[in-house]
Amino acid sequence: MLYRTAGQFKTSYRADHALFPVRQDAWLLGAILVLALFVFPLTANEFVFRALLIPVLIYALAALGLNILTGYAGQLSLGTGAFMGVGAYACYKLTTIFPDLNLIVAIALSGFVSAAVGIVFGLPSLRIKGFYLAIATLAAQFFLVWLFDKWTWLYNDNASGAIQVPTVAMFGVPIAGPNATAIVQYYVVLAIVGAITFFCINITRGRIGREWKAVRDMDIAAELVGINLMKSKLSAFAVSSYVVGVAGALFVFLWRGAAEPTAFDIPLSFRVLFIAIIGGLGSILGNFLGAVLIVALPVVISALPASFGLPIASATVEHLNTMTIGALIILFLIVEPHGLARFWTTIREKLIMWPFPH
Amino acid sequence: MKLLEDLLLKPFADMAGAPDFLIQVLWEGLVAGVLYALIALGFVLIYKSSRVFNFAQGIMVVFAALTLVGLHERGVPPWLAVPLTLAVMFVLAVAIERVVLRPLVNQPDIILFMATIGITLFLVGFGEIVFGGENKVMITEELGIPTGSFTFEPFGGFVSIEQKDLVAVVGAALLVALLVVFLNRSRIGRAIRALGDDHQAALSVGISLSVIWVVVWFIAGIIALATGIVWGARAGVSFALEVIAYKALPVLMLGGLESVSGAIVAGIAIGVLEKLFEIYWGQPLFGGGTETWFAFVLALVVLLFRPQGLFGEKIIERV
Repeated sequence: MLYRTAGQFKTSYRADHALFPVRQDAWLLGAILVLALFVFPLTANEFVFRALLIPVLIYALAALGLNILTGYAGQLSLGTGAFMGVGAYACYKLTTIFPDLNLIVAIALSGFVSAAVGIVFGLPSLRIKGFYLAIATLAAQFFLVWLFDKWTWLYNDNASGAIQVPTVAMFGVPIAGPNATAIVQYYVVLAIVGAITFFCINITRGRIGREWKAVRDMDIAAELVGINLMKSKLSAFAVSSYVVGVAGALFVFLWRGAAEPTAFDIPLSFRVLFIAIIGGLGSILGNFLGAVLIVALPVVISALPASFGLPIASATVEHLNTMTIGALIILFLIVEPHGLARFWTTIREKLIMWPFPH
Repeated sequence: MKLLEDLLLKPFADMAGAPDFLIQVLWEGLVAGVLYALIALGFVLIYKSSRVFNFAQGIMVVFAALTLVGLHERGVPPWLAVPLTLAVMFVLAVAIERVVLRPLVNQPDIILFMATIGITLFLVGFGEIVFGGENKVMITEELGIPTGSFTFEPFGGFVSIEQKDLVAVVGAALLVALLVVFLNRSRIGRAIRALGDDHQAALSVGISLSVIWVVVWFIAGIIALATGIVWGARAGVSFALEVIAYKALPVLMLGGLESVSGAIVAGIAIGVLEKLFEIYWGQPLFGGGTETWFAFVLALVVLLFRPQGLFGEKIIERV
C-alpha cells in the first residue's frame, strides 16, 4: 500500500542498479536520518546517549567492518576485538605524540595502522581456509591483547596500564575526554559512522565488492575467472580492519573514555560477531539492526524486573541476561539463519505485493 | 648479539644446567597437554560426526564440574553425585540435539558454530544462577583421588610429581583407549565414523542421525566431566576454567579437526612446548604471560605449511 512501486519505471541499466531503485526506500532512509539527526538528540537524555545511541552506532560500525571480511569476502574472523584495540591504541599514540592533531584526522589515520596489522594477519588466509582460518585469527586476538599489556610504550608507560582519553577540543568544543557532552559525541560518532557506511555501501556494490563476493562463493572458481585471490583477500582484510580500527578508536575516545587491554578481549570479538550474524552476513543494514538488538536487549532486560517491581538482585539479572542472550541467539538462528536483514527483505517484498500473496 | 645469545644459547644452557627443573617443567607441560588433548577430543568427536564446530565444549567442562561439586554441596554422596552428573550431561545432550541441532540441520557451518556460542552463553548464565559464580573446590578426596606427591632426586636435583596429576594422566590414557576401542569395535562407534565420512550415505543405510548426535554429545559430556574433575582438582572449579577451552582450539588446528590421534599428539606437544617457551624464553625475555598466545602462533606457523593440520584430512576442492 505504502510500498506501491507502480509508476516507477526503470528505463536504463543504470537506473536499475541505483542506490534506491524504489523511491520509498529513499524516503524511509530520509525518515531514519531525521530521527537520528533531530528527534533522538532532542528527546534523549544523558543515559540514553551513553547506554544506547552511541554504543549502537559504534558496535554497528565494528560489525560492518567484520561483515565486509566475513559476509562479503567469506573469511571468518574471530579477532575483531584485537583489531578494535589496534585502532584505539594507535589513536591514543597519535593524539599523545601530536597533541594538536585534529581528533577526526587522528581517528582516520589510526584506521590505517589497524589495516596494516590486518593485512599481516590476513596473510595466512591465502593458505588456510574455513575454521582453520578462524582459529588463526584467534592467534591475532590473543597475541595483540598480550602485546597491549606488555608493550608499555603503547600506553606511555603509565602505572595503571590503561589508556586514558585526554580532553580533545575541536573548534573550541570538547568532543572527547571527561569534559565532552554526550550530545556532541553523538553527532561526531554519527557523522563518522554515516560517512564510513556510505563508503562501504558503495565499495561493496562496485568492482571490488563483486570480487569479494565471488571469492566468498567459491575461491577456486573466482581464481579461474581471473580474480587475483591475493589482492582480493588482502584488500578485504585491509578494508575490514580499517573500519574495525576506526570503530575501536571511537569505542575508546568517544564512548568509554578509558580502556584496559582486557576491554579488547575475546568477549568483544564475539559480541561483534553476534551482531554481524544476527543482523545478517553480507548485508550493511543488518549490522545496524543487529547492534540495536544486542545493545538494547541487555538494557531492556535489566530494566524489566524493576519496572514490574520484582526484587531481583543485580547479579542475578546479569546472569539472566547472559542466559537470555544465549537463548535468543539460538532462537534467531533457527527462525532466520540469514539474519534480521533478511527479515526486512521479506517484509518489504510482502509489502510491495500486498494484498496479493504472490 | 646479546639478544641472539639470549634467544638461542642461554635457554639451552639453562636447561642443561638444571636437568631436574627441566624434568619438572616437562612433566607440568605433559599434564597440561593431556588436559588440552581431552578437551580437543570432545571437539573432534562432535566435529567428526556432525561437522559442528562445538565451541561449547569448554563450558561443558565447567558445567559438568560445577554440577558435580554443586550436587555434593547439597548433600549428595560422591558415589551418587558422579552418576547423577552423568545423567545431567545426558539430559543436556538430548536437549541440545532436540532444541538446537535438529532445527538447524543442513545450515552452513558458521550458523551451527554460532549456535554453539549461544549454548555457551546460555550455560554460563544458567550455571551461575543455579550454582553461583564463586570459585569452588573440587571434591578430590571424596572421589578417592590421592592428593600426596612423589619426589625423585635425579641428577642430584629434586622433582616432585603430584599423585593427582599422575591419576589424571593415567585416567586420560584409559579414557582415550576406551574411546578408541568404542569407536573402532562397537556398532555405534562404526555408525559415528560412517556419519563422519558421509552423512547422506550413512542415512541411507539406516543410521539414525538424531540418535548418533545424542550419543556423541553425551560422550563429549563424559569427557567434559573427566576433564572437569582433573582440571578442577588442580585449579578449583569456576567459570575461569572456560579459558582452557580456547587452549583446545590451537590443539585442534595443529592436530587436524577430524583426527582423534592428532588431538592427542598435538595436545601433548602444545602443553609441553608452551611450558618450555614460557619458562625459558617468555619469562626472561618478554615479561611472561606468553602462554595465552604461544599455542596459537605455533599452530598458525604449522598451518602455513600444512593447511589441514598435522593429521587432518586433506582438503580436496572441486569447482
